[in-house]
Amino acid sequence: MTQLILKRLGIGLVTVLAVSLIIFFGTKILPGDAAQIRLGQSATPENVAAFRARLGLDQPYIVQYLAWLKNFIQGDLGTSLASDVPISSLIADRYHNTVIVSLLTAAIGVPISLGLGILAAMYPGTVYDRFLTLISVSLVAAPEFFTATLLVIFFVFVLDIGNAIVVGSTEGKGLFELIDHFALPITTLCFVIASQLIRMSRAAVLNVMSSPYIEMAILKGVSRRRIIFRHALLNAIGPIVNVVALNLAYLVTGVIVVEVYFGYNGLATLIVQGVQTRDYVLIQGLGMIFCLTYVILMLIADIAAYASNARLRHPK
Amino acid sequence: MTKKQEIEHYVAPYDEGVSFDELPDSEPTGRFRLSWSGWLGASIVAFWVFIAIFGPALAPLGENDLPFPDDYSEFQSPREGAWLGTDVSDRDILSRLMYGAGRTIGIAFAATVLAYFIGVILGIGAAISSPRVDMVVSRINDAFLSLPTIMLGLVVVAAVGSSIPVLIVTAGVIYATVVFRLARALGQEIMVMDFVEAAKVRGEGRWWIITREIWPNAAMPLLTDFGLRLIYVILFISSLSFLGLGVQPPQSDWGSMVRENLGALSYGQSVIPVLAPALAIATLTVAINLVVDDISAHSGGKLSKRL
Repeated sequence: MTQLILKRLGIGLVTVLAVSLIIFFGTKILPGDAAQIRLGQSATPENVAAFRARLGLDQPYIVQYLAWLKNFIQGDLGTSLASDVPISSLIADRYHNTVIVSLLTAAIGVPISLGLGILAAMYPGTVYDRFLTLISVSLVAAPEFFTATLLVIFFVFVLDIGNAIVVGSTEGKGLFELIDHFALPITTLCFVIASQLIRMSRAAVLNVMSSPYIEMAILKGVSRRRIIFRHALLNAIGPIVNVVALNLAYLVTGVIVVEVYFGYNGLATLIVQGVQTRDYVLIQGLGMIFCLTYVILMLIADIAAYASNARLRHPK
Repeated sequence: MTKKQEIEHYVAPYDEGVSFDELPDSEPTGRFRLSWSGWLGASIVAFWVFIAIFGPALAPLGENDLPFPDDYSEFQSPREGAWLGTDVSDRDILSRLMYGAGRTIGIAFAATVLAYFIGVILGIGAAISSPRVDMVVSRINDAFLSLPTIMLGLVVVAAVGSSIPVLIVTAGVIYATVVFRLARALGQEIMVMDFVEAAKVRGEGRWWIITREIWPNAAMPLLTDFGLRLIYVILFISSLSFLGLGVQPPQSDWGSMVRENLGALSYGQSVIPVLAPALAIATLTVAINLVVDDISAHSGGKLSKRL
């Protein structure tokens, strides 16, 4: 078990290194020179050369990469090329919205979807189960902005409550005011993760339900509720944690689309801006943060899968 | 099954929520028949493919023509001459939708074919090469797989700019990683089957084994997965376009149409400019999903258990 987890952590670390290589050298093939972009077209060649030296751009790529990685580990993300502001302060200004929306989505969407999924697994084949399956299968293949559009039509155009864009500041708002503030983005993302979570949690519980010891419990006359909550659910926890972590990782894409759709500032809109202005320092820093979050969630998913499997925990 | 294999199967890296089991449970039986939902899906897909091919010829107006040149105002409601109204620059939404169909579907289809070309060759190649080569290639592949696809897309677009060939190659390479895993798993599973062993013992060459023993058995699961992959590529391309990093104006595709017209919603003017392209994408992807489910249910694949 410990060995497996250590091995998985090792693979995770290698993955992070590979990710950093991809991001660093991916942005290095940018046409144009960072110093030239920063100083503008009118800069003299001497100025550009001096600036290159200061940024360390005259060094070989591998030296630059190692310096960049060292700075990243120490929390120094460099200075934005477009606005000449340290990346960390750009992030400090923006991260609230992204973090609030992601956490609230997880806090609201995960319990509801799991509840619905487990309920569907309790009564497989019923009208409720089929209806839920139909909805989640349809939603899973639809883009985030389609879900968002339907919600806007319903809440803004039909019911006339709320706004199609998120406006105003979040400062000094309590939990319920924040939920209200981000109601539409959060609901959109809840739908996005729900479509996966419902299906996968239903499958995880049904999978456990088909095992021999559950059959034994049914035969000895244990009530359905007790079977689900005492016998099945405890063994389904591992797969369910796995599913939850995977879906939260998937939120990375959803968050980007939702921020742009509802037009509020966050980390995702920041990286899109970085791409548009070709601010590669910004892309490197934020790209690493997004990918790290993703890799860590995947790691949790895998370890949950190991930990829940008794055969892997106690190898013969 | 050895313990190592069991572990490999249990913690298959994240694949956007789609888990597939490699080989069908049972032999396909009888002739293939679509269910009613399959027919519905197939008809919708056929409709969009028709529009994608003939859309530009059939469109009432050019992509960037104004239906009402003397009456310029954004987001006009549907009326004669512009059956879906006009967009943010007063262009005909219906015509843009018909022009965009070809780009959205064409780019996604080309990218998926490319992904399959790369993924299947490398995946089956890895399955039949030495364990060491297999491990190196698989590890590199896993590193790419463990990145959010949209991030890879953003980095590439930032580096080389966005154009249709760049989009096709980017999406193709990104999704080749997923195809690689499937093709490799399939190849490995089939490689240890008795009939392959028998062929090896008979002294058949590697090429013969791939084309005559592995391919016929791998084709059906791969085709089913092709449909699923196509859905994800459509969503990926549309998301990039929606972020303004995909198909560039004045060309239209469905994702960028949603982006351009977002203002219609926030000013409370009209929903059609945003709803029409978003609905087009959703109907296409959901329809493909219906067909894929039908095919996989038919072939007895565990894919059908997703339902």
